[in-house]
Amino acid sequence: MDLKLKVWRQKNAKEKGKIVNYDAKDISPDMSFLEMIDVVNEDLIVKGDDPIAFEHDCREGICGSCNIMINGEAHGPLPGVTTCQLHMRSFKDGDTIYLEPWRAKAFPVIKDLIVDRSGFDRIIQSGGFVSINTGGAPDANALPIPKKDADVAMDAATCIGCGACVASCKNASAMLFVSAKVSHLALLPQGQVEKKERVKNMVNAMDKEGFGNCTNQYECEAACPKDIKRDFIRVLNKEFILS
Amino acid sequence: MSLDSKIPSGPLEKKWDDYKSHIKLVNPANKRKYTVIVIGTGLAGGSASATLAELGYNVKTFCFQDSPRRAHSIAAQGGINAAKNYQNDGDSVYRLFYDTIKGGDFRAREANVYRLAQVSTNIIDQCVAQGVPFAREYGGHLDNRSFGGAQVSRTFYAKGQTGQQLLLGAYSALSRQIGLGNVKMYPRTEMLDVVVIDGHAKGVVIRDLVTGQVTVHSADAVVLASGGYGNVFYLSTNAKGSNVTATFRAYKKGAFFANPCYTQIHPTCIPVSGDHQSKLTLMSESLRNDGRIWVPKKQGDTRNPADIPESERDYYLERKYPSYGNLCPRDIASRSAKEVCDAGFGVGPGGQGVYLDFSSAINRLGEHTIAERYGNLFQMYEQITGENPYKVPMRIYPAVHYTMGGLWVDYNLMSNLPGLFVIGEANFSDHGANRLGASALMQGLADGYFVLPYTIGNYLAEVGFGKTPSTDHAEFKKAETDANSQLNKFLSIKGKRTVDSFHKELGKIMWNNCGMARTDKSLKEALVKIPEIREEFWKNVNVPGSGSDLNQSLEKAGRVADFLEFGELLCLDALTREESCGGHFRTEHQMDDGEAKRDDDKFCHATAWEWKGVGAKPTEHREKLEFENIKLATRSYK
Repeated sequence: MDLKLKVWRQKNAKEKGKIVNYDAKDISPDMSFLEMIDVVNEDLIVKGDDPIAFEHDCREGICGSCNIMINGEAHGPLPGVTTCQLHMRSFKDGDTIYLEPWRAKAFPVIKDLIVDRSGFDRIIQSGGFVSINTGGAPDANALPIPKKDADVAMDAATCIGCGACVASCKNASAMLFVSAKVSHLALLPQGQVEKKERVKNMVNAMDKEGFGNCTNQYECEAACPKDIKRDFIRVLNKEFILS
Repeated sequence: MSLDSKIPSGPLEKKWDDYKSHIKLVNPANKRKYTVIVIGTGLAGGSASATLAELGYNVKTFCFQDSPRRAHSIAAQGGINAAKNYQNDGDSVYRLFYDTIKGGDFRAREANVYRLAQVSTNIIDQCVAQGVPFAREYGGHLDNRSFGGAQVSRTFYAKGQTGQQLLLGAYSALSRQIGLGNVKMYPRTEMLDVVVIDGHAKGVVIRDLVTGQVTVHSADAVVLASGGYGNVFYLSTNAKGSNVTATFRAYKKGAFFANPCYTQIHPTCIPVSGDHQSKLTLMSESLRNDGRIWVPKKQGDTRNPADIPESERDYYLERKYPSYGNLCPRDIASRSAKEVCDAGFGVGPGGQGVYLDFSSAINRLGEHTIAERYGNLFQMYEQITGENPYKVPMRIYPAVHYTMGGLWVDYNLMSNLPGLFVIGEANFSDHGANRLGASALMQGLADGYFVLPYTIGNYLAEVGFGKTPSTDHAEFKKAETDANSQLNKFLSIKGKRTVDSFHKELGKIMWNNCGMARTDKSLKEALVKIPEIREEFWKNVNVPGSGSDLNQSLEKAGRVADFLEFGELLCLDALTREESCGGHFRTEHQMDDGEAKRDDDKFCHATAWEWKGVGAKPTEHREKLEFENIKLATRSYK
C-alpha cells in the first residue's frame, strides 16, 4: 500500500522543527511501523537526504525505547502495544499519517522524533528502589508473599518507562509512571521500610522535573502499551498522604 | 603466548570459597581511590556497576541507550535458573553444574560453571530482596518451572518478563548508586576504543551520541559488559543496537576473541515474513513446557492444521527424544526443525516453519491457565502474525539468539589484557558450545553481583592505587585521533549504498554459509565473499549528515564496519573447528543417525584468536579444557 507521511523534523534541541511530507510506497501490511520508517529512510539516504531519526531498540515491545505520536496518539491507534509492535495492517492504502515526538516540557526534543526522557531516570534515582547492598540477603523463601500481592506488584512492575502516559496527558503528568513504581514496591514486604521516604522523594523529583499533575482523565491508562491501570494512581495518592 | 586460565587448585566444590578466602583485598578506605569503567548496563554491567559502587569504588558507566533500563537483557522472557531445590525434585549445585556442562556439549570450563551453579542461589535471594516480583505459589513461596535441557524445575520467572524484572532490579540498584553519586552514568554514549598503557587497560574512548563529541576517560580497570554479537547475522532476536564494537575493538587492541563461531540458534522464533524484516522475535522457550511441536506427516501438506488428524501429525521431537521430548536442548530442537523443513514438511509461507500447538494443553488445563502462563506471549504472537494462537497453532522457526563466544577471560573474568575484565554475554566462559534456557540471565547476574566484585579487587590490590593515568598520555591522544579519523572517513566516502544494505548482504552470507549447518565449502566461500563486501563498503557506503550531532547512520556505520571484519573471524573459527558440537553443526561431522559428532581428541579446547590486522590471518591459541570431575560423554537426550 502507499501512504502519505507528515513527519516532525527538527535538527536538534535548539532549532525549530516543522512538519515535512514524505511518501511511503509499496508498504506491506506485515511490516511493523518502524520497518515502514526503515523503508522510507533507506530511500532518503539513497537520495542524499537525512533519514528520520527515531528511537528504537528491541523491537519486541519491551525495552520501551520507541516513542512516536501517530496521528495524535501515543504509539498509534492500537491499544496495548508499543510503536514497534504496531503493524501496517492497522492502516489502509492511501492513508495520511502524522508522526510526531512526545510533547512535554519535561521531555525536550533531541532530534526529529527523539526526546530526552532522562527525567524518568532521575525520578527512580530519587528513591525508586529498595536499599539493599549485594550479598547477605536472606533466603528468598524466608519472605513468603501472597500470590495475589505478588501478581499485582508484577502488574505494576510491568511499566516499560516509555513515556506514553506523559505524552498523552494534557498536563504531561508522570503520575502513572511514578505510581507504577511506587505501587510495585509498596505492595511487597521488601518495600515497606522505605515506603514513606520513597513516595515523598519520587513525587518531589517528579515535580522538580516539570511534569504536571493528574486531573483524573486517564488518557495515560488508555495510551499505556502495557495496560498499567489507573488504580495505581490511587495507591500513589494514598501512599503520599500516609507519608 | 600461553593461556593461563588461573583456575584455583583443590577440589571443584571448594575452589571458589578457597579463592575468596585467599585473594588480596582493598582496604575500604582505599576503594574510593580507584576508578572503574563499566561498558554496558544489562544484567552484567548494571549489577556490576551497582555492586562495585556499593563496595566504594568510583564507577563510570556507559550505555548507548537513552537509559540504562533499556539494555537488551530486558527482552529475556522465560526465566533464570538456580539450584534452590525448592521443588524437592532432586536439584543440587552439582546437578545444575552437570546440566550446564552437558548442555554446553563439554566445551565450557568446569571451574567457572561450578562457580556459576554455586552462586545461582544467592542471585535469587538478592533479587527477591530488591523487590523483583517473581511468580509465587498460593502459600507465598516462589514458583518454579522447567526449561529445556533439565529434568528438574529450577527456573524462577516473572510472567514472561523475567529479563525485564531482573534488569529493573539491577537498574534500581544502579539508580540508587547514581543518586548517591557513587556511579557517574553516561547514557547515549558509545565506546570506540580501549586504551592500553604498558600492557594494561587503562581507559576508553567514548563518543557522545547526541553531541558527537569524542572524549577519553581513564581508569584503573575497564569492564566490558557489552553483550553479544548475534546481529552479525543481520536478522536475529537481538535488539537493533546490539553490536560487537566494544569487544571487537578490544580484540584489535590485543584481547583474544574466543570461540566466535559459537552462536546459539533458538528454536522458537516467529518465522520471517518478508524482505522488509528488520529483526526476529523470539517466543519464550517456556512455551515448550505446554506446547507440542509437530509437522504434517505428508510433505507439502497445506491443509488448515485443525483439519490434519492426529494420525497424520509427526510430533518429531517426542518421537526422536522420548525422555526429553519437546524440552530437548535448543540446538537439537533447532536442527530438528531445519531437518523437517528441508525435507519438505515445513508449514506456512515458504515452508520455513513448524507448529507449536497448545490445543492439548488448552483441553487439559483450560484456556485460562494457558493465558495466565503465557498470555503476553500469545498476545505478542497475534500482534506480529495476525493469527490467534489460542485457536490456531503458532508457527515457529529457529533464529540466531545468543552468542556463547566472546573475549577470552581467565577464572578472574579478566582478559589476557590485564585490567580488562569481560562479563556476561561479552565473554566466552560459561556456556560452552550451547546455552541452556534460563542460564544467560544467571551468568549475567552471577558475574556482576557475585564474581567480578571479588576478582577485580584482587587485581586492583595488586596494581595499587594512585596509578590512574592522565588522559594527556600519548596513548589516549592516539586512540582519540584514530577514533575521530575513522568517523571522518565514514562521512567522507559519499558512496551510493546505505549502511543497512551492506549489513543485510553480510547477514545473508553468515546465515546461509555459517548458520545452523556449515560445511568446509560454505565457510571457504564466505571467507572469499566477506572481504569483497568489506572492500565495497569502504568505497561505496553513504553515510549522510555530520559527525557533530545525533547521527544514527554514522553509529551504524561503525558497527557494521566491525561486523564486516568480525564475520570473517567467526567463519574462520567455524572452519577451524572440524567437529560438530552444540548447535555448531559441521555437516562433514555427523553420526550415522544425523546427530552431531564431537571430536574430543582434537577439539576439547577453547580457541582464542589474536588480531594480526585487517585481512591477515589471526593467530590461534588454544586453552585445553580439563574435565576432572565430569566424564566426557556423548550428549544424549533420547
